[in-house]
Amino acid sequence: MAKYASRWNRIFWVLALVAFGVGLYGLYSRIAFGHERANYGSYVPWGLWVAAYLYLVGLSAGAFLFSTLVYVFNIRRVSGEGTVAAPAVGMADGAAFERERLEQVGKLALFTALVTLVGALVCIWMDLGHPERAWKLLFQTSFRSVMGWMIWFYSAYFIVLLVELWLAMRTDLVARSDKSAVARFLTFGRRDVSPTALAADRRLLRILGSVGVVLAIAFHGSVGAIFGVVAARPYWNSALTPIIFLAGALLSGGALLLFVTGIWGPETGSASHRDLMRFLGQIVLGLLALDVLLEWAEISIGLWNSSPGESASLQLMLFGPYWWVFWVVHIGLGVIVPAFLLTVLRRKMWAVVLAGALIAVTFLSVRLNIVIPGLAIPELPGLEAAFHGPGLTTLYVPSLSEWLLFVWAVGLAALIFLVGRRVLPIIHTER
Amino acid sequence: MAESEKAPTTRRDVLRGLAGTLGAALALTAAGKQPAAAETLPVSTRPQAAADAAPLTTDPLGRMHSELARALAKPREQRRWVMVIDLRKCVGCHACTIACVAENKLPPGVVYRPVLEEEIGTYPNVTRRYVPRPCMQCDEPPCTPVCPVKATWKNEDGIVVVNYDQCIGCRYCLTACPYGARTSDFGYTYTAGTPHAMPGILGQEAADDYERVANFEYGKAWERTDGGSPIGNARKCHFCMHRIAEGMLPGCVTTCIGRATLFGDANDPDSLVAEMIAKPNVMRLKEEMGTAPRVYYLL
Repeated sequence: MAKYASRWNRIFWVLALVAFGVGLYGLYSRIAFGHERANYGSYVPWGLWVAAYLYLVGLSAGAFLFSTLVYVFNIRRVSGEGTVAAPAVGMADGAAFERERLEQVGKLALFTALVTLVGALVCIWMDLGHPERAWKLLFQTSFRSVMGWMIWFYSAYFIVLLVELWLAMRTDLVARSDKSAVARFLTFGRRDVSPTALAADRRLLRILGSVGVVLAIAFHGSVGAIFGVVAARPYWNSALTPIIFLAGALLSGGALLLFVTGIWGPETGSASHRDLMRFLGQIVLGLLALDVLLEWAEISIGLWNSSPGESASLQLMLFGPYWWVFWVVHIGLGVIVPAFLLTVLRRKMWAVVLAGALIAVTFLSVRLNIVIPGLAIPELPGLEAAFHGPGLTTLYVPSLSEWLLFVWAVGLAALIFLVGRRVLPIIHTER
Repeated sequence: MAESEKAPTTRRDVLRGLAGTLGAALALTAAGKQPAAAETLPVSTRPQAAADAAPLTTDPLGRMHSELARALAKPREQRRWVMVIDLRKCVGCHACTIACVAENKLPPGVVYRPVLEEEIGTYPNVTRRYVPRPCMQCDEPPCTPVCPVKATWKNEDGIVVVNYDQCIGCRYCLTACPYGARTSDFGYTYTAGTPHAMPGILGQEAADDYERVANFEYGKAWERTDGGSPIGNARKCHFCMHRIAEGMLPGCVTTCIGRATLFGDANDPDSLVAEMIAKPNVMRLKEEMGTAPRVYYLL
C-alpha cells in the first residue's frame, strides 16, 4: 500500500507539472490579450474563472471545516468500525498515540485548505478587469456589498489558516530544525517545546479553530450570498443559495480530503489508515446525501412553481445544450458512482479513494451550473438580439485560454501542495 | 444660455411667420401702409393662424432645450432628470443607439442604448414593437450597493455614475442590473485585425487613432489606450451628463427622428416630460422589482 501510494505520488507530480506547464499558455494569454481571448461577455459576465473560484474556495472551506473536527471538536480517534470511538476528552492511556496520528490529518486538511485557497484567489484575481486595483477591495471596501464582506472574511480566514497551520507544525518544525534550515527558519525563533508551551499551542489552536469555524462559514456563506442577493437573477435569488454553497463546500472539501488522505495520508496501508478512511468516507457519504437533498429542494421548487425566471434557468441546466454537465458529470460521476463506491464497495480502499476523487473533481460542474444558467437568461426578452458585438450573447462556453488558466491555477495549487508535503512536516511517518 | 431661455424659435416657426407676414404684407401694402418686420409679428398675435400651426410649429426638441436651460439654472439636487420614450412613435431606426455609440465612442461589445425588437400577434394581426433601453437611472438602483469598492453610485442629479478610475472590473454590477443595462469594456477595437495600409492612406493606424480618441464621459477625456480605463470597466448610459452640463440634450434625444425620446426635469411642472409621465398610458420596465426607474414608456 505504501509503495502504491508513492507511485501515485509520482503520477501526481507529473500531472501537476504538466498542468502548470500547459496552463502557462492560459496565463500568457490573459496577460498579453486581457479579456479578449475569454468567452464571457456583458450578458454572461461571469464564466469559468468565477466558477473555478467558487469551486476552489468551496474545497478550501470544506477541507478547513474538516480540520476543525480535530482541533475544535476533539475527534481524534476512530474505531475499527470506522466510527468515532470516543472524543479524547481526558488523556486516556492508549489515546495519546491515536491523537498524534489524527492530528496529522488535521494538518493535511489545513494545508489542503491553504493551497486550494491560493488557486481560487489566482482565478478570481485574473478575472478582474483591473487586477492591479485588487488592493482596493481590502482598503476601500464598501460594506454595503456582500462582496466587500467576503473579501474581509477570506482575508481573516487566510490569516487564521496560516497561523493554525504554523502552530500545528511547530513541534515538528522544532524537531527538524537541526537538519533543515527551512524548518529552522519557519520556527521563527520560537523553539520552546516544553509541555506547558505545547499546551498553550493546543489551547490557541482550539481558539483559532473555533474562530475559523465561524469565519469559514461566514466566508463561504457570503460567497453564496453574493449570488443569493441578486434579485435580477431569479435562479440565484434564494435564501437557500448560501446554504447550498456551504453544503457543497463541506461535501467537495471533505471528498478532496478523503482522496488526499488516501494517497498522502499518515501511514498509508496501516490498519489505522483504513479506519480513518472509512470514517471520512462515511462522513462524505452523509454529506453527499445532504447535498442531494438540498439540490432536490432547489430544483423541484424552482421547476414546479413555474415562475418563468427561475424555471428558465433550471430548464437550461437540465435540458439545455449542456444537459450532460448536470446529468452525466454531476449526477452520474459525482453522485451515483461515488454513492455506489461508498456503500457497496466501502471496504475496498481504492473505491473510497476513487469516490473522493470523483466527487471533488466533478464538483466544478455544480459551480458552473450555478453561475452560467443564472446569467444565460436575458434580463429582457430580445436583449441579446438588439445589438451585436463580442460578449453581447447569452451563449457561453469557456474558451481554451480560460480552461488553460484554470488548469494553471490548479497545477500551481497542486505543486504547492506537493512541494509543501516534501519540505514541511505536513505528514510525517518517522515517529 | 440667455437665448435659449426665450420662447423656442424653430426654423419652421420662422417660415410660417414669414409666410403669414408675406400675406399680411401684401394686404397691408395694398392698403398703402408699411409692413411690420417678421420678428415683430409673433405667431401668437394671430389666434387663428396659431391654432392651425400649433401641431406643426412646436418641435419638442426646441421646447426641451429651453426647459433644459431652465433646469440647469436650479441647484443640482432639485432637478429630476427623466426620460420618456413614446413607443407609438418609435419606428425602430436605431439612430439613438448609433448616436450613443458615436457620442461616447463605444467600442465593440459596449452598448448603452440598444433597441429591443418584439413581434406581437400572429398573421394577419401582427405588429412589431421597438423598445429602446437606456439605463433606467433607477431611484433604487440594484447595481450600486453590490459594488465592493464604491465605484458606482447615484449622483446628486439622480444619475447612476461609474468612477472608471475606481472600478476594478469584477462585473458584479452587470449581474445585478435587472435590465442588462451595464456592459463591460473588454478592450476590443473595431479595427483590430484589419490590414495596415501604405503611409498616407487611411488604414489601421489612422482608424485606430480614431477609435482611441477620447470621449468625454463624466466631463473627462478618457482615451482608450493600452488597457487603461475605461477598458476593463463596467460602462453604462449616463444620460449624456457631459452634454447636459453644456446645455445639450442627450445624444439619443437629439437624433430621434420621430421625437419618440423625450428628456427633461420632471420636477419642473411645466416641462414636457412632467406632462407626459402624468398620462395614464405610461409604464416603466419591471416596476415590480422596486427599482423605481426614471425612464418612462408611453404605450
